[in-house]
Amino acid sequence: MGITDTPRSFQEIILRLQSYWATKGCAVLQPYDMEVGAGTFHPATTLRALGPNAWAAAYVQPSRRPTDGRYGENPNRLQHYYQYQVLIKPSPPDLQELYLGSLQAIGIDAELHDIRFVEDDWESPTLGAWGLGWEVWCDGMEVSQFTYFQQVGGHDCHPVSGELTYGLERLAMYVLGADHVMDMPFNDPSAPIPLTYGDVFRQTEEEYARWNFDTADTAVLLRHFEEAEAHCSEILSKPAEDPKTGKRIVMAHPAYDQCIKASHIFNLLDARGVISVTERQAYIGRVRALAKACADAFLTTRAGGWTDAA
Amino acid sequence: MSDLLIELFSEEIPARMQRRAADDLRQRVTDGLVEAGLTYAGAVAHCTPRRLALSVQGLTDVSPTTTEERKGPRTDAPEKALDGFLRSTGLTKDQLEVADDKKGQVYLARITRPGRPAAEIVAEVLETTIRNFPWPKSMRWGEGSLRWVRPLRSILCILTREDGASVVPLDIDGIVAGNTTEGHRFMSPGRFAVTSFDDYEARLKRAHVILSSEERADHIWQDATNQAFAAGLEVVEDAGLLAEVAGLVEWPVVLMGKIGDAFLDLPPEVLQTSMKEHQKFFSVRDKTGKIVRFITVANRTTADDGSTILAGNNRVLSARLSDAKFFWENDLRVARAGMETWTDALSNVTFHAKLGSQAERIERIAALARELAPAVGADPDLAERAARLAKADLSSEMVFEFPELQGLMGRYYAEAAGEDPAVALAAQEHYSPLGPSDAVPTAPVSVAVALADKLDTLAGFWAIDEKPTGSKDPYALRRAALGVIRLVLENEIDLNLLEAFDSCLKLHNAPRPEPNDSDDFTGMAADFNLLSFFHDRLKQHLKSEDIRHDVIDACLTGDRTDDLANVTARARALNSFLATDNGENLIQGYKRAKNILDQAEAKDGVEYSYGADPKLAETEEERAIFAALAPARPAIEAALAAENYPAAMTALAALRAPIDAFFEAVQVNADSEIVRRNRLNLLSEIVRLCTRIADLGRIGS
Repeated sequence: MGITDTPRSFQEIILRLQSYWATKGCAVLQPYDMEVGAGTFHPATTLRALGPNAWAAAYVQPSRRPTDGRYGENPNRLQHYYQYQVLIKPSPPDLQELYLGSLQAIGIDAELHDIRFVEDDWESPTLGAWGLGWEVWCDGMEVSQFTYFQQVGGHDCHPVSGELTYGLERLAMYVLGADHVMDMPFNDPSAPIPLTYGDVFRQTEEEYARWNFDTADTAVLLRHFEEAEAHCSEILSKPAEDPKTGKRIVMAHPAYDQCIKASHIFNLLDARGVISVTERQAYIGRVRALAKACADAFLTTRAGGWTDAA
Repeated sequence: MSDLLIELFSEEIPARMQRRAADDLRQRVTDGLVEAGLTYAGAVAHCTPRRLALSVQGLTDVSPTTTEERKGPRTDAPEKALDGFLRSTGLTKDQLEVADDKKGQVYLARITRPGRPAAEIVAEVLETTIRNFPWPKSMRWGEGSLRWVRPLRSILCILTREDGASVVPLDIDGIVAGNTTEGHRFMSPGRFAVTSFDDYEARLKRAHVILSSEERADHIWQDATNQAFAAGLEVVEDAGLLAEVAGLVEWPVVLMGKIGDAFLDLPPEVLQTSMKEHQKFFSVRDKTGKIVRFITVANRTTADDGSTILAGNNRVLSARLSDAKFFWENDLRVARAGMETWTDALSNVTFHAKLGSQAERIERIAALARELAPAVGADPDLAERAARLAKADLSSEMVFEFPELQGLMGRYYAEAAGEDPAVALAAQEHYSPLGPSDAVPTAPVSVAVALADKLDTLAGFWAIDEKPTGSKDPYALRRAALGVIRLVLENEIDLNLLEAFDSCLKLHNAPRPEPNDSDDFTGMAADFNLLSFFHDRLKQHLKSEDIRHDVIDACLTGDRTDDLANVTARARALNSFLATDNGENLIQGYKRAKNILDQAEAKDGVEYSYGADPKLAETEEERAIFAALAPARPAIEAALAAENYPAAMTALAALRAPIDAFFEAVQVNADSEIVRRNRLNLLSEIVRLCTRIADLGRIGS
């Protein structure tokens, strides 16, 4: 170990993580093309954590949490941010060491810093999922979430997946020494056109904060929620055999898209302040029911371990 | 003899579970060893973030050989019976002996179980322990089905004798026990072998792991207090935090850092809570009590003496405290503007689906606090005002972030709003007392709001039939009732609970429950079981004063059982009285009198309540009772009127000797019917006088 050269920009940290996990054998995937609240919602995590098949994937996932919007003014709160997500199934015995290697790769030298695994159990009521693990601290700051998935969509995970989630902005601010997220260099500061995180995102944070909090049409959103919910169930109600091709095609992923949609619409409605405390639980329950149905369906697909012989 | 060393090495164990797990490991393993016939001299368990370790000294090498004699069927019994016996003993017919029995000759089996080597037993016991370990939460990992708190990585299990150490053969789902372990994750990577517990502990220390959590905690505390002392400061004690932090490190390194000037004006509780909850920092204060520095405990030394680590922690803390300062300043703005936005916001917060919003609840508490104010000596206007503001801080940003600061922030904000100091204090104190050892508020306005808050909660949940059952008490109603009891008793408040319940139920627009509700908590007859619930809690509470249940039951008579201060005063007086010779004997005399009277009344079909005539007294002993009753009666009535129960008991005590003497010498059932009746009427007077204070019949022997 010893001196590690420090990355110079936000994007360099992402690139180093991508290349690190690629060398460790992960399929480096791309972000899912839908609005999600966290990297866990990507089907490469939620669905692939289910069933017997081995899996190893790493990807950046843009994530949206409408209630966290602060018009770009708060030094570390954003309604749109990035997570870096790694999912390996079965969890390898050296996952902690692999993870620590990734910190080294982005310039966090374990010889100089204090890295700790502090109890933090993870639960996603909307996904019907939970796991045990830690939040990883670097000098007192949480830099990642480390979870051994025990259940997803109400199903026991067998084998168990190891999941790593890095909050990229916070991690990068720490590595790059930025006190305000908007001041953090996005590309190389010595590039001909140096851009900060603020150059890229300050305006969108403002725009979305206004829309999320005050402008989004709640009647439309409520209707979209109902539609996504109904559509999800409808997709799953189709017979497994496709009448046109005669093949067995269970549409777990299209149905799951509707579940993701419902979840994000719920988050928007929450930010608009139109969901009361009592209703909240009911909405979460409805999304969970969809996630569970999609998980059930996925387990009857080939990727979910279904075989013709069965 | 050998010494056993076990280490279960895993990924990081939650700090809060470590101590208990080490104790469970010791208990389960030693119990298992003893059950299998081994004995040992001593056992000590240790824990660090990555390991549970157990050292058992002086373990016997083999379990003893045991022989059991078992009697079988008679020698002339059918073949089938013999077959069954052979199967159950695992012997053959020629191994059986024949013995004489009362019934004739029977087969006798002598079953010898040879002793087993310690290693075999240890392996079995450890496997059972691991597979059934009582973790509060456990998990699976990889492809396996073994459960542990986090992935179990290795097992060290050796038996050490004078001639060396040997590994106990054991394989649990592919984890093969060995004689090696690992040191500090970062400072001493790599595995090493050990030969005994002493060797293990010493090598671990060389590998930057302090095995004993007590030693780690001591080290942290020593170093922290030394560093603070050197700077003329003092560490704020926090035993819980110390234990937790000691469970987060294997090689503790104490670092002290400064808190930015910009944050020094925050209330000390905010600084302390923010640092403790988020960062697990200790607070360091100066001579004036102001928190000026923090102490963090790192898990390693570094080439730069921790300066990078401290700088990082400082930045994280600054970000946290910036948030806290932001909340504080925003909140102060709202507070100075009168807190209306907060109280208004509480209309949108549901307290309970059937009991309405927080705002509605506050309306009820305000009305009740006003009503209770005179009884507790508070100004009604202030009590009402305090109740209206007491929960305003629930809408503040600070309390949203740190719920544990509720009440305290309320006080700061009410002060900032220029409210009366009694109103501000009530915001902080009205939640109290929270537990049996929590201090009870004494300021009248605080007491009025505290009582109103708890009574409204109790009556409300009673009205919607959400009462505690068994171990389930989700709304902490037992705690609320105990709070009312302690407020009433410690402030000596005369409060008629039934009237207060009625007021509460009116405010809830709820009907008073039906009399004789079958769902009674104590089995006592009561027309309103919320009162019984209070009586039950009162008994629990008075246990700490060694006041017996039956004494309290005896005092739950008359029409003032809803006045807990009164019931308690009577119970205390009766309890002291019963501890005296007079008390004990008077009870016996009372019971005797009552028995004779009850039997006579039942037999004669009359009630002997006409009053006894001293002129008809035939014996000295009777006359002595009349003589004692004459002054005792007014003395007792006067004491009762003054609620001076010890005095009433003293007056009653004067009757003891004459009553004893009476029963000694006098036959109640005299030949003369007139004399008999007069004596029964005399007993009736005694019985009635004795029960003026309490129903002595409920006192058990």
